[in-house]
Amino acid sequence: MLVYLIRRLAQSILVLLVMAVLVFVGIFAVGNPVDVLINPEADLQEQQATIERLGLDLPLHEQLFVFMGNAVKGDFGRSFLHGEPAMEIILTRLPATMELAVVALAISLVFGVLFGLWAGLKPYAFSGKTIMAGSILGFSLPNFWQGLMLILIFAVFLGWLPAGGRGETTEFLGMRVSFLTADGWSHILLPALNLAIFKMCLVIRLARAGTREAALQDYVKFARAKGLSPRRIVLVHILKNIMIPVVTVVGLELGSMIAFAVVTETVFAWPGIGKLLIDSIVNLDRPVVVAYLVLTVFMFVIINLTVDLIYSVLDPRVRLAEVKA
Amino acid sequence: MTSAANDLPTLEVRNLETHFFTRAGVLRAVNDVSFSVKRGEIMGLVGESGSGKSVTGFSIMGMVDAPGRIVGGEVRFQGQDLRQLDESAMRDLRGNRIAMIFQDPMMTLNPVLRIETQMVESVLAHDKVDRAEARRRAVEALGLVGISSPEERLRAYPHQFSGGMRQRVAIAIAMLHKPELIIADEPTTALDVTIQAQILHEAQKLCRRYDTAMIWITHDLSVVAGLADRVCVMYAGQLVEGGQVDAVLDHPLHPYTAGLIGSVPSQNMRGRRLTQIPGMTPSLLRLPKGCPFQARCDRAHDDCAQVPVSRELIPGRWVRCFYPCETEAVP
Repeated sequence: MLVYLIRRLAQSILVLLVMAVLVFVGIFAVGNPVDVLINPEADLQEQQATIERLGLDLPLHEQLFVFMGNAVKGDFGRSFLHGEPAMEIILTRLPATMELAVVALAISLVFGVLFGLWAGLKPYAFSGKTIMAGSILGFSLPNFWQGLMLILIFAVFLGWLPAGGRGETTEFLGMRVSFLTADGWSHILLPALNLAIFKMCLVIRLARAGTREAALQDYVKFARAKGLSPRRIVLVHILKNIMIPVVTVVGLELGSMIAFAVVTETVFAWPGIGKLLIDSIVNLDRPVVVAYLVLTVFMFVIINLTVDLIYSVLDPRVRLAEVKA
Repeated sequence: MTSAANDLPTLEVRNLETHFFTRAGVLRAVNDVSFSVKRGEIMGLVGESGSGKSVTGFSIMGMVDAPGRIVGGEVRFQGQDLRQLDESAMRDLRGNRIAMIFQDPMMTLNPVLRIETQMVESVLAHDKVDRAEARRRAVEALGLVGISSPEERLRAYPHQFSGGMRQRVAIAIAMLHKPELIIADEPTTALDVTIQAQILHEAQKLCRRYDTAMIWITHDLSVVAGLADRVCVMYAGQLVEGGQVDAVLDHPLHPYTAGLIGSVPSQNMRGRRLTQIPGMTPSLLRLPKGCPFQARCDRAHDDCAQVPVSRELIPGRWVRCFYPCETEAVP
């Protein structure tokens, strides 16, 4: 178990290094941040001074070397744009995205599994077919359009929920969070729903397929023959079996929800890291982009590890030591 | 118990008809099936795959799923017609007074739940006892089927058991409530022969000990020969012959039974060719008019196009055939 964990972490560090180099070179190839950053009206001397201050006068490999040297020490440099440490900027905006993603995850998991179970148990009923048709719409329609429609319906026509922003926030463990106030909740609901719909539809399809398969298994027949109530058969015998694929996918999707909530955050003006990433790419703010991606990869690594650990809880046949990571 | 109650068969199935309404047509899986099982009696239900044995078992349990439906007949359990009961009353019976064991022990236990969970839930489904008591009963039941150190084994998951052990666990679960009837649907088919012998022995012992009636569904005549008191032979949804095991196996009356017995290799047939029943089982969707076996039968005459009625030729021996074999030879 311990060996397994160490091996997994060592592999992750390698991934992090390779990724950092690739992104660094990639952004370098996209364009020169100097063109974006420096006031064209500044004189040549001022421009030169700025370039030197940012270390952009050095050749690429030297810039990379300096960057990697600092990064290993945990310093990802300062944002070209804001002048603050890149990681700090990201971390101050991370809680907003995290809470959005967690609420979205909860919505997609709870409703996805419920609808999926239902559709799997009643595949030929009208309700089951409706759920499946809805799920196709859910992941076929573009995310931004769904977001706009949510705003149109709930904010504009019905006027029930605000169209954007984060609402009232409170301090929680040193982070600004929305989920402790009613106003915060009213703000988080729509963007979370927007972020959740796609994943929810994914979970519905997975849960339905799993349910239909499990319902035909002998252990379900045997459970019926034991005289168990249908509720116990569905909520214990079937549910626990379908959770294995669902947890895998949802775990991976949690990472992508946090990392790539860009569209939702833009549509709902949610001040999270997704929006920060877009802005940073536009401004070629390399330290922020690299720091962001390093954080993202780190997050994926942790999530994957957690998923593997949950696996062994859900499915006793999984032995972590034997898994070829 | 009064003698009248003793005389009442534990299970009496009369003219049972279970059909499956498929797109291709109505599939008559169980067609006019009647038999009865007494207390402590083991009845073998023999037939080929697809002859309707398992569906008969599920019909008794009230577990026939759509598109299947019981369309006629009675299933009398201790005198009560189970077809009149609603689902919740049936659920009270299942696992409690009628238990079922399935073919593949790899599949019948839920792979992600501990044996303990699966046994305790079974106890709690029918008796209002606390967990400790339910657990104690589970330990006792495991001990009953010959599982050593049951306390520790309770904590295990199904994949930590061998096939034979799992089937023992399944039997232990079936025995938890000391049911009056056990329906065993090919429980030894997936096991190797030595384990099969152990399980048969175990099942027989338990039935004798608790006076449990048992229906043992199988396609293996040798299993029936060693285990059952009586046997019914099923072909294409119908029971074609029934009687005491020894009598039926030694002197089969129905040509199909005779064919089945003739196709089993045995010591005293060394060096001779095995006989084979010509042709194939008819599709249950398109049964021929009259006797379903007529096309494969060398004794068939014109009147086999009529449906033969099951008749008791000799006391305790009945057959559904116009031209039964060797009636003369039967003592």
